[in-house]
Amino acid sequence: MQSRVLIHQADFDVSEECRALASSNRCGAVAQFVGVMRDYNEGDNVVAMELEHYPGMTERSIESIIERANTRWPLLSVTVIHRVGKLLPGAQIVFVGVGAMHRHAAFAACEFIMDYLKTEAPFWKKEKKSDGSERWVDARVSDAESLGRWAE
Amino acid sequence: MIKVLFFAKYRELLGLGQMTVELHSTTTVADLKNRLVKEGGDHWAQALLADNTLCAVNQTIAHDGDAIADGDEVAFYPPVTGG
Repeated sequence: MQSRVLIHQADFDVSEECRALASSNRCGAVAQFVGVMRDYNEGDNVVAMELEHYPGMTERSIESIIERANTRWPLLSVTVIHRVGKLLPGAQIVFVGVGAMHRHAAFAACEFIMDYLKTEAPFWKKEKKSDGSERWVDARVSDAESLGRWAE
Repeated sequence: MIKVLFFAKYRELLGLGQMTVELHSTTTVADLKNRLVKEGGDHWAQALLADNTLCAVNQTIAHDGDAIADGDEVAFYPPVTGG
C-alpha cells in the first residue's frame, strides 16, 4: 500500500488526488471524502476558522490510523490531506481518499479513516462569529459514538 | 529536562505554548500534572485536571500512570476537533 499524509495551509485538487490514487493497474475503486467548512455552527453564523495542530504527532496519528485500516481491508493507496491555519466558509478542510481493488474496501476504509481522524488526530478548530467574537469548537459526543461501529 | 507543550484552549488559558521542566527522577503523568498545578495555581488546574484533558508522551497518547523520563516530550491538550 502507498500512503501520503499531508498537513498544510494550501488548498488541494480533488481530481488530481483521485488520479494519483488510481494509478496502480490493480486499482478498481477509489472512494473519497472531502470535508468542507460551513458558515453556520451551533446556532451561530461563522465567518472564519483557525485550525491548530500538533506538528509531528498529527502525522504519526494519521499514519497509525491508515495502518489499522490496511490490516482490516486490502488497500492499494491512501491519501489524507488536512489543511491548517485560517479558513473561510466554503473552503475544503480535509481530504481522505482510498484506492482498492474493489469498492467495498475503498468505501469502508475511507469512512474508518475519517471516523478515527475526527477522534484521534490532534487538530483544534477555533471559530470566529459574525459579531467578531471567537470560540473553540467543542468535541462532539456523536463523533466518539460513531467509532462503535468499527468494534471487532 | 523534559519539554512540555500545551495546545489550543489550554495554550491560551496558560498563555504558554511550551516550557521545559527539570526532572529529578522518573515521574508519571499524574505526578507532573500535580506538580505543575501546585506551582502554577487555578488556571493550571483548569487545564491539566479537567476530566477530558488528553496527554501524549513522545507523541503517543498516555495516561495518568504512564512514566515520563528525562528527554521526553509531553503534551497536554483538549479533546480534538479536526476533520
